[in-house]
Amino acid sequence: MKDAFGAPQSLLVLGGTSEIGLATARRLIARRTRVVRLAGRPSPALTAAADSLRALGADVRTVPFDALDTASHEERLGKVFAEGDVDMVLLAFGVFGDQARDESDPVAAARVAQTNYTGAVSAGLVCAGALQAQGHGSLVVLSSVAGERARRADFIYGSSKAGLDAFAQGLGDAMHGTGVHVMVVRPGSVRSKATAGLAEEPLATTPEAVAGAIELGLRRRSETVWVPGSLQMVMAAVRHVPRPLFRRLPV
Amino acid sequence: MRAISGYTVTSMAVETRVLDEDCRAISGWGRTAPTLARVHRPRGHAEAVEAVLAPGRRGLVARGLGRACGDAAQNAGGTVLDMTGFDRVLAVDTAAGVVACEAGVTLHRLMEALLPFGWFVPVAPGTRYMTVGGAIGADVHGGNHPVSGSFGRHVTALELLTADGRIRTALPGTPLFDATTGGLGLTGVILSATLRLLPVETSLMRVDTERVPDLDALMTRLADGDGDGESRHRYSTARIDLLARGADTGRAVLTRGDHVPYDALPRRHRARREPLDFRPGRLPVPPPRVPGVPLGRTTVGFLNTLWYRAAPRAATGRLRSLPAFFHPLDGVPHRNRIHGPEGFVRYRFVVPYGQEDALRRIVRRIADRGLPCFPAVLHRLGAGGPGPLSFPLPGWSLALGLPLGQPGLGRLLDALDEEVAGAGGRVDLAEDSRVRPEALAAMYPRLDEFRALRAALDPRSVLTSDLARRLGL
Ligand SMILES: NC(=O)c1ccc[n+]([C@@H]2O[C@H](COP(=O)([O-])OP(=O)(O)OC[C@H]3O[C@@H](n4cnc5c(N)ncnc54)[C@H](OP(=O)(O)O)[C@@H]3O)[C@@H](O)[C@H]2O)c1
Repeated sequence: MKDAFGAPQSLLVLGGTSEIGLATARRLIARRTRVVRLAGRPSPALTAAADSLRALGADVRTVPFDALDTASHEERLGKVFAEGDVDMVLLAFGVFGDQARDESDPVAAARVAQTNYTGAVSAGLVCAGALQAQGHGSLVVLSSVAGERARRADFIYGSSKAGLDAFAQGLGDAMHGTGVHVMVVRPGSVRSKATAGLAEEPLATTPEAVAGAIELGLRRRSETVWVPGSLQMVMAAVRHVPRPLFRRLPV
Repeated sequence: MRAISGYTVTSMAVETRVLDEDCRAISGWGRTAPTLARVHRPRGHAEAVEAVLAPGRRGLVARGLGRACGDAAQNAGGTVLDMTGFDRVLAVDTAAGVVACEAGVTLHRLMEALLPFGWFVPVAPGTRYMTVGGAIGADVHGGNHPVSGSFGRHVTALELLTADGRIRTALPGTPLFDATTGGLGLTGVILSATLRLLPVETSLMRVDTERVPDLDALMTRLADGDGDGESRHRYSTARIDLLARGADTGRAVLTRGDHVPYDALPRRHRARREPLDFRPGRLPVPPPRVPGVPLGRTTVGFLNTLWYRAAPRAATGRLRSLPAFFHPLDGVPHRNRIHGPEGFVRYRFVVPYGQEDALRRIVRRIADRGLPCFPAVLHRLGAGGPGPLSFPLPGWSLALGLPLGQPGLGRLLDALDEEVAGAGGRVDLAEDSRVRPEALAAMYPRLDEFRALRAALDPRSVLTSDLARRLGL
């Protein structure tokens, strides 16, 4: 069960090696989390991630999970819920793709969309149904500021996140009044191994900052969280920049 | 919710709940951590037994007026039995001062019904809007704890619907009865209880009020009041100002009182004609959706100063009505919203006598943080009851209302828990919404006894609550 501050005792991370996911798990373990399930594609990295959390004192296990294999989601994730209540699900899987290459490789581009959007729709619905059956819990969805307005530079990824974001908002409304809380998190550019080497973007943030914002959002039962918080104002303006001008902006 | 309720999970081990009219998100008085439950309001024993015999996968718990601050009376995904339909006073022995009533009868109702006969509830906690079942399940106490003990001490019998669907009569001195007092509803559904009452001649209180400059002076004054076993005052309560700075830290208003005997009423006082009159006033209730302005540090500081300054330096023998003395906050509408939209935590703990240093350290830590506690109430407690999870033990009990939104509050309370447990004290589980399960064993040494009794009585955990799940009770 979550405590008054929204700190969960059990956590399921979908995308078990995600840097943001692990930073969040570490932060929550320092509060109340004792049981962590890391769902992801089996790999040495996933095992190492589990070990790193176990070292902090949590009861950690990995669960085989592939976002692209939607047919298996019910069974794989259902097993986790059958073992005991899950107080919080963190939907953290996602791929950036390679915009330049994917524009000329539709199959690869579709894979970005399938992972970030279709996979999340399937996994999100399975988890929401299970949370609803237990009558409580939070589903935290890592969207992205890139989904707020598609940019020339990453519109394949951006459009998949736009779809995910809209899905998660709708799911949140569907879950309203059911005791299940859906929170959409929109980080700006997060400095991590995935973005290492890329040019630093304005309003960049860190996995730890995202984790902190998630902890706060849980306490407030927020529906939307921006990281950093100032992005909310910035994007409110960006959304209304006329297309001809937006095309020429260096974003 | 239609779209999702139509969605059925086939191969999963969990069934998707199809929502119906009775499903509601429920939280405690502190309005934190709401969860969904099917609320069922049984109208008689048969319906209650039926509910217990068909508990579903996630069990059930009884709920009264929902005054517990935390998650004691909520049950995510399961059933919550709303006991307010059990509202009949069954029998009153006006000569002996004994009442038998159903569990959903409120203390307010008991006062209304029994004061005209010259009887008062034996223990008066800070609100009269709680049910008898809730008062037993939380084993509540009031400002007369050193004299009268907690609520369970005055119960001479209770009817308990246990997990097997049987209705048992539990009598004091038996393990089942003891575990039920302070048992947070986890031993069974209390259906009715027989209580011993306190005789009073009037419905007025004779009240002594004084300002006390700091915590040490306050503890000395409170300890004085105990006198040689024979308490000079039946009731003592102190409200502390934890926002006052410097030398003022811990300044308090100490209020002590006794029931006024008829002969002690001033001549020509209107109460001479109607000595047992009971007409509590209520402020008008604003519409429920008014976005309340949460009490901030400035407002609480101001209120505290006002409370302190408005109190006489020392006044003795003033006559007050029962509600004004016992329940000054009951008249405030939506008073659980004053801490803002995020809700609040009530942190109530006790440290044993001899551990005054721990109390001082805790008070200093709270004062240093400048937390807008509203209210902060200090009581002296006497010998504890026999319930393994009953809160009171001989010592100093401090209860704080704290807005959830204070940065770092969760971590601070965890640190205070350690201080409390280290001193041999404990936090009150009936109000709790946040304590770490690991901290519990030290605070409640008889926890395993309680667990064993539950395991024997209710092997399938039919009776369960969010609190029980969170703490593994
Ligand atoms: N980093 C940023 O700048 C940023 C900004 C805004 C939003 N976000 C979003 O936040 C989330 C987490 O970001 P992050 O920086 O922590 O990313 P990350 O470290 O790259 O982690 C991505 C995770 O997704 C998993 N994943 C990818 N494809 C999968 C599939 N088919 N099935 C299962 N798991 C799959 C990866 O697992 P493997 O180890 O198996 O590859 C990895 O665990 C992502 O959704 C991302 O889009 C990130």
